[in-house]
Amino acid sequence: MLRLTDVAIGYDSQTVVDNLDLHLEAGQIGCLLGASGCGKTSILRAIAGFQEVTCGQISLRSNVVSEPNTMLAAQKRNIGVVFQDYALFPHMTVAQNIAFGLHRLSKDERQQRVRELLNLVGLNGLEERYPHGLSGGQQQRVALVRAMAPKPDLLLLDEPFSSLDSELREALAIELRSILKHENTTALLVTHDQYEAFAMADVIGVMHQGKLMQWADAYTLYHQPNSKAVANFIGEGVLLSGKVAEHKQIDCALGTFNQTNQRTYSVGQSVSFLIRPDDIILDPSSAIRAKVIDKAFRGSHIWYRLQLLSPDTQQQVICLAPSHHNYAIHESLGIRLDLKHLIVFAD
Amino acid sequence: MTKFSRCNPWSLGVGLICLVLIAPIVLIFASLALPQYEVWQHLAETVLADYVTNSLLLAFGVGVLVVLIGGPLAWAVARYEFVGRSHIQWLALLPLAMPAYIIAYCYTGLLDFAGPVQSALRASFGWKYGEYYFPEIRSLSGAVLMLSLVLYPYVYMLAKTAFSELPSSMEETAKSLGCSTSQFIFKLVLPIARPAILMGAALAMMEAFADYGTVQYFGISTFTTGVFRTWFGLGNGIAAAQLAAMLTTFVMLLLILEFYSRRKIKYYSQGQKRGPRPRTQLRGARGILVAGLCLLPIILGFMIPVGQLLYWSIHTYSAQLDAAFVSLVWNSFYLAAITALVVVSLAVLFAYAKRLNTSRGIHAVINTVSLGYALPGTVIAIGAMLILTQLDIYLNDLTEAWFNFTPGLVLSGTLFALVLVYSIRFLAVAMHNLDTGMARVKPSLDEAAKSFGVSAWHIIRTIHIPLLKTSIFSACLLVFVDVLKELPATLILRPFNFNTLAVRTFELASDERLMEAAIPALAIVLVGIVPVVFLSRMTDKQNSR
Repeated sequence: MLRLTDVAIGYDSQTVVDNLDLHLEAGQIGCLLGASGCGKTSILRAIAGFQEVTCGQISLRSNVVSEPNTMLAAQKRNIGVVFQDYALFPHMTVAQNIAFGLHRLSKDERQQRVRELLNLVGLNGLEERYPHGLSGGQQQRVALVRAMAPKPDLLLLDEPFSSLDSELREALAIELRSILKHENTTALLVTHDQYEAFAMADVIGVMHQGKLMQWADAYTLYHQPNSKAVANFIGEGVLLSGKVAEHKQIDCALGTFNQTNQRTYSVGQSVSFLIRPDDIILDPSSAIRAKVIDKAFRGSHIWYRLQLLSPDTQQQVICLAPSHHNYAIHESLGIRLDLKHLIVFAD
Repeated sequence: MTKFSRCNPWSLGVGLICLVLIAPIVLIFASLALPQYEVWQHLAETVLADYVTNSLLLAFGVGVLVVLIGGPLAWAVARYEFVGRSHIQWLALLPLAMPAYIIAYCYTGLLDFAGPVQSALRASFGWKYGEYYFPEIRSLSGAVLMLSLVLYPYVYMLAKTAFSELPSSMEETAKSLGCSTSQFIFKLVLPIARPAILMGAALAMMEAFADYGTVQYFGISTFTTGVFRTWFGLGNGIAAAQLAAMLTTFVMLLLILEFYSRRKIKYYSQGQKRGPRPRTQLRGARGILVAGLCLLPIILGFMIPVGQLLYWSIHTYSAQLDAAFVSLVWNSFYLAAITALVVVSLAVLFAYAKRLNTSRGIHAVINTVSLGYALPGTVIAIGAMLILTQLDIYLNDLTEAWFNFTPGLVLSGTLFALVLVYSIRFLAVAMHNLDTGMARVKPSLDEAAKSFGVSAWHIIRTIHIPLLKTSIFSACLLVFVDVLKELPATLILRPFNFNTLAVRTFELASDERLMEAAIPALAIVLVGIVPVVFLSRMTDKQNSR
């Protein structure tokens, strides 16, 4: 449905996005995830046709829509856009806003479609309201169905939840996903919030400094990140340093492990590997001891920052222990590592 | 009218002051209770139809023309980048410094039969009197043109803000929904900017209704000239007040339009966080063409009349700059300064009254009193004159009965009357500035300061005064200049032998001593430039934040 090949975007000789490839199947929900200023919004604008590409091409339904110096007008792309500020037309009612993109339909068909969409997002009865009389969540839903009304090939959402209260966000993200799936809409959203991305998307691209680091589903990004940047950005965890020993083994403060990934490292090379909180298990019988430095109660779990007590290390790990494992700060406890995937990065 | 929810000193003080400020207007409408059949029969048979049609045509003509000038100018400045745009942006405000009666007499000097334009035409083509057609500037359409040339900045300012506040996401959304550029302009931009444009037009139309100098000079019968004639010609104050009441009714309609627009603007600008789209660059000939078109209203509304005034001044200054001129400047300046002090003090008092009292009553009364800006100076002056002469009569009767002494016209015959009228008319200007300043002094600042246990006076000195001083200063400046330019109320209420620059300019121009009028006119215009430049600096500062 959507394919970007070797795309670069720049403003006045400054390149903000470089070397970008991605592919979205029909009906899939994709997400570009990254800190602000990483270039993710520029990509969205290039796909929508508001921004030229300086290199590569963007194609939609196998038709090239953007190439250096040629750009199909935004009006002709059949792409819907939901902006961060929703951009609802303040002088039009909810119904008029939604019907705005339906100028090719007859009056009856238009009314029919508006009713159907309002029904879909549970806003029946608000047809005659003006945007300033709606709550933030309602405004967002109106913006969403306005963009979906003309049945676009692709829906783009720019930070769709950023103007909402944090408590609302995750619930709305799940609701939004089911609406998009119900209409079988292909969508690409941009966000800086990984939990939104996890809740919404089938496939997520992590952006870092203008580059797409990894394009994969949430599980893979969390458990098998392909770079330190992705590992740092997604989820919690620490990078523990170790040394490569004989027979493809790696020594570290928590023991010795067999190296499983394809890359081989030379003996004696120092590496780091990723330890997620869920890799650390509290085990009173374990020989590996650690001291509690910080803790935070999180309801079902307690979050601990632990300092390893091996003589030669100052290293720390993070652990999520079930709530009844309550230890005081400075208390020493036994831990065990339960690694399903050994993720190693060269230092 | 005044409703006291609780009888605290604020309610009482503010209530009393507001009563004084509202009295002249109440009197204007109270005059309707004393029908003047003879005068009205006479008016209806002769001039009333002229008053109504001319006033309406003038106001509507100005309303349309200011939109046609100010709208496209604002669009160009807000949406395009071209040669000299950053200067044109504030130069376009300069015509605000030009009172309409001054531009009117400048163009009369330039365009009438003996003026340089017609003389040059006759010289180069050998035409004689009556052999060629030349548009008559002293006409209703001439007055519409003159007023529009100095009033278009109202529309320009408001429309520019509306156009440049359109978030870029609005245009992009429209495009992604398959909307063409012309559809974008007609379905989105114009409807969204309409309240701002209408509000600017309403303000300009209020000024057109209020204008006395231009129409009197051009010999057009309107309500304002009618009020003067009924008062001074027919000697009937009550009938003049009744005419004024009719005029006020027209203005009230504009006020409703303005209110409606203001509310819409507020709703429309809610929740817009995105910045505007960057301006489109216009290069080469197109850029120069647009710059030239944008300069046109500035040249016509400011440069040409100022040039004309300078030219006349150079020829007359040696004879004009004498002791009489100095006393003229002194009169104008101290009257304007006293008024500025009084009005701004009232505004400060009212701003604090609103801040410290949540009672709806006080807010409503103060907001009502600030509506005086919509009322023509002539109307307020007639009301004040009627009520103050009556009070003077009572006062003199009283003092004569008790002390066998008559103080004379202490209220109606002194500067008190003028300051009262100016206060009613210009309070809104000062209130607007003070309210903006007061919004910066958030109540939480007071509470934070109080939590350190300092005295109220300390809070005022270290927090309020520093935060309010710019607002107070700009309020003083604006009121000062408005008083300096004000004509009709000053004409009616000035004490005997008390002349101001505005009155002198108008008298000289009316006597066809155009060249001699140039020096006082130029003085008014030059002082008037100061707040325009000051305000454009302030808005630049705000925009760059």
